[in-house]
Amino acid sequence: MQKIGVFVCWCGSNIAATVDVQAVSDTLAKEPGVVYATNYQYMCSESGQNLIKDAIKQYGLTGVVICSCSPRMHEATFRKAVASVGLNPYMLEVANIREQCSWIHKDKALATEKAITLGRAAIAKVQLNAPLQAGESPVVKRALVIGGGIAGIQTALDIAEAGFEVDIVEKQPTIGGKMAQIDKTFPTLDCAACILTPKMVECSQNDKVHIYSYSEVTSVKGFVGNFTVSIKKKARYVAENKCTGCGECTTKCPMKNVPNEFNLGLDNRRAIYIPFAQAVPKVATIDPNYCNMLKNGKCGLCAKVCTAGAIDYKQQDQVIEERYGAIVVATGYNPIKLDKFEEFDYSLSKDVVTSLELERLMNAAGPTGGTLLRPSDGTHPHTIVFVQCVGSRDTSGCGKPYCSKICCMYTAKHAMLIREKYPDTEVYVFYIDVRTPGKNFDEFYRRAVEQYGVHYIKGMVGKVAPRADGKIMVQASDLLANEQLHIEADMVVLAAAIEPDKSARPLATMLTASMDTNDFFTEAHPKLRPVESPTAGIFLSGVCQGPKDIPETVSQASAAAAKVIGLLVTAKLTTNPCVAHCNELMCNGCSSCERVCPYGAITYVEKEFRMPDRTTQLRRVASVNPAVCQGCGACTVACPSGAMDLNGFSNSQIMAEVDAICQK
Amino acid sequence: MNNNLKEQVLRMSGVNPLKCMRCGKCSATCPSYDEMEYHPHQIVYMVEKGEIEKLMASPSIYKCLSCFACVERCPRDVEPAKLVEAIRLAVIRQQGQNHLKAKDIPDLIEADPDLPQQALVTAFRKYTK
Repeated sequence: MQKIGVFVCWCGSNIAATVDVQAVSDTLAKEPGVVYATNYQYMCSESGQNLIKDAIKQYGLTGVVICSCSPRMHEATFRKAVASVGLNPYMLEVANIREQCSWIHKDKALATEKAITLGRAAIAKVQLNAPLQAGESPVVKRALVIGGGIAGIQTALDIAEAGFEVDIVEKQPTIGGKMAQIDKTFPTLDCAACILTPKMVECSQNDKVHIYSYSEVTSVKGFVGNFTVSIKKKARYVAENKCTGCGECTTKCPMKNVPNEFNLGLDNRRAIYIPFAQAVPKVATIDPNYCNMLKNGKCGLCAKVCTAGAIDYKQQDQVIEERYGAIVVATGYNPIKLDKFEEFDYSLSKDVVTSLELERLMNAAGPTGGTLLRPSDGTHPHTIVFVQCVGSRDTSGCGKPYCSKICCMYTAKHAMLIREKYPDTEVYVFYIDVRTPGKNFDEFYRRAVEQYGVHYIKGMVGKVAPRADGKIMVQASDLLANEQLHIEADMVVLAAAIEPDKSARPLATMLTASMDTNDFFTEAHPKLRPVESPTAGIFLSGVCQGPKDIPETVSQASAAAAKVIGLLVTAKLTTNPCVAHCNELMCNGCSSCERVCPYGAITYVEKEFRMPDRTTQLRRVASVNPAVCQGCGACTVACPSGAMDLNGFSNSQIMAEVDAICQK
Repeated sequence: MNNNLKEQVLRMSGVNPLKCMRCGKCSATCPSYDEMEYHPHQIVYMVEKGEIEKLMASPSIYKCLSCFACVERCPRDVEPAKLVEAIRLAVIRQQGQNHLKAKDIPDLIEADPDLPQQALVTAFRKYTK
C-alpha cells in the first residue's frame, strides 16, 4: 500500500474562486492510502514546494498527488521537487483542476465535486505507479541541414562556427535558393547577390560545412541524437573534384534551347550548364533530358573541350549514408502556379509576369542584362500594373487561405525601383490591404507613395486582357473613388502567393514531423518553441515553417542553429521512461502496433519460447526500441491481445482512473 | 435597418457577407458596373449593414446580368450575384402583398381542379416566407 500525500493548490484565485479547495483536501484525505492532505495558495512557489518536500520526509510518502494546473505547466517543477528529497519523480501525479475544472466552470458546488473526482482518479493511478528510471542515449556530433537557401546556409554556418560538422543537402546544382534569384532586398535596397554570395563562398570554404548539391534525402531512420540518413547524389555527369568551373563546356554545347530555370524560363541555357556565375559549388551539370550524348550517344563535345577531363557520361546516382544528431528542415518555398486564375491571362500574355520573374527581368545577370524590357517585344514598358494578393488570402479553393507576407514589401520595392530607373513609367499598385509591419517597412512603403509617386489604389483587378496592338487592358476597381478603372498597361506583374516546396510533404513523412493543412511544418509551440518540430531532434528554419522575409528567415535560421548546438553539446540525452513495452507471452505477432507506430519504434523479432511441455517454440513478437518510442500510446490501443503497455500509463492504471471517476 | 428583411435575404441566398474582405474584385470584374447606382462590393456591404430596403428600391439590382463573374472570381467565396438575386426575389414577394395563405387554398382548387399539386406546394413555399 502506498502512503500518498495530496496537495491542493489555490493558484491564487484561479482555482480557489471556483473550487472549494478546503473541501477538496478534506474529502481526499479520507481516500484509501492517503496519509496527508493539505491546500496552499501557490503550490509551485518555493514555500509550496517546501511544503511537499517536508511532508514527504515527515510522513514517509511513497506517492504524491498535486491538484493544480495542467501537467504541461508544472509537472516538471513538481517532479524535480520530489526527486530532490529522494522520491522517484514518476511517483507523482498531477490532477488538472484548473484548465479542466475551475477555468471552465461557474458553479462552485459542481466544480468542487469535479475537482474531488479528478483528485480521486489521480490517487487511484498513483496506487499503481512504479518508480521509473530515465535512460540515456548518446548524441552524434553532426548536423544535417536539408535545403541550401539562405535559411539553410545561415543555420549551417552558425552550427559550423560552434565547431560541429554540418552537411547541407540541396536538390539544385548550387546552393543559394530563392535569394540568389532576387535582385534587391527591402527595405535597404542592397543587392541580394552581394550579401548572399559571400555566405555561399563561406559554406564552401568552411572545413566543417559539407555541401551535397544536386542531392536529395531519400530515407531517415533513428531518433534524436542518432539519425541515420540516406542521401542520393544525383548523377551530374561531371566529376565534382575535377571540374574547375571554367564554363568552356557551357559555351560550346550545341543544345542551346533548354529553358533556363534560374531565369524562370525567360531565356535559354545549354544542356550542360552552371546555374549562375557565383554558383557554389561552381561545377557544371549535364541535364540528361536534353543532352544528346546521354539521350542518343551522339555529340561528346563537352568532353572534348574540357581540359580538366571532368566529363563522365557514365556517372551513376550515388547513395550515401550518414549519421546525424540533429536535422534542420529548410526546404523553402515556391510561387504558386497561376493556371487557376484565367482572369489574369498569365498563360496568354508574355507581358503578364510574376514578381519573381520581374526580379530576373530587373537583374543585371538576368535575361535582359538588367534593363526592364517587355518579354514579348523587348520594348520599354511605360505603364505597369501590379496586382497584389494573387492567390493569397483566397478561400475559394483557387489559392491559399493565408497571407504570403512578403508581397506588400517586394511590390513596394519593385514599384520604387522602376520609378527610380524609369521616371517616365506610370506604376499602379492594386492592393486590398498594405501590410508592412517590420522595422523601417512602413516608412519604405510610404516612400514609394510620397517620394516616388507610385499610384497605390485600394481595390482589386478583375480582368486582364491582352489586346492585338500589344497593350494589356486592365479592368479594376478603385474602392475609395467608387469607380471602375480601365487602364491600358504595357506590363502586368502578379504578386503570386507562395507555398511550401513540394518536397516538404514527403520529407515530413520521412521525418515523422507534423505539418499543417497548407504543408507548412508545425512548430512544437507557436510562441515558445517556434524553431523546433514536435518531433525531437527536428528543427525548422525559414519559409518551410510559414511565410517570412529574409531578415526573419535569418533570425529563425540562427535560432534553429542555437537549438541544434544546444543539442549537440549534450553528452548524453535523457530518454523519457514512459515508453511502450511488449508482454511477449501475450503478443500474437499481428503487426498492428508496428503499423500504427508513427515513430517506427516497433520491430518484430523471432524469439524462442519455452513451452510448458519442455519444447521450444519460435514465435514472432513485437519489440520496442525505447530510445525511439515517444510514449504516444497508439500501440497500446491498437494491440488486440493487450500485449502492448505503456510505462507510467499502463492499461491497469487507466482503468483504475476510470473506476475512480465512475464510483460515487 | 430591417433585420427581418436582412435575415430573409441571407436565408434565400445562402450568402454570408461577413466572409467579404473588401477587396473589390467583384466590382472590378462586373460588366454592368457603370450602369449601377450601387456596385457589387457596395451591395455586399449594404446587406451586411441591413440596408435591404435601399437596395430593393434601387434600379441597380436589375442591372445585374447574373453573369456570375463576381461569384466565379471572388477570392473569399462570397457570391455577390446570389445576394442580388435574393433582393430581387424579396421585391417580387412584396408586390401586391401576394402572400399565399393556407385558407386561400380550397378556393384555388375549386377554381381550377386541374391545378397541379406541385404548383400549389411551390407557391405556398415561395409566397409564405
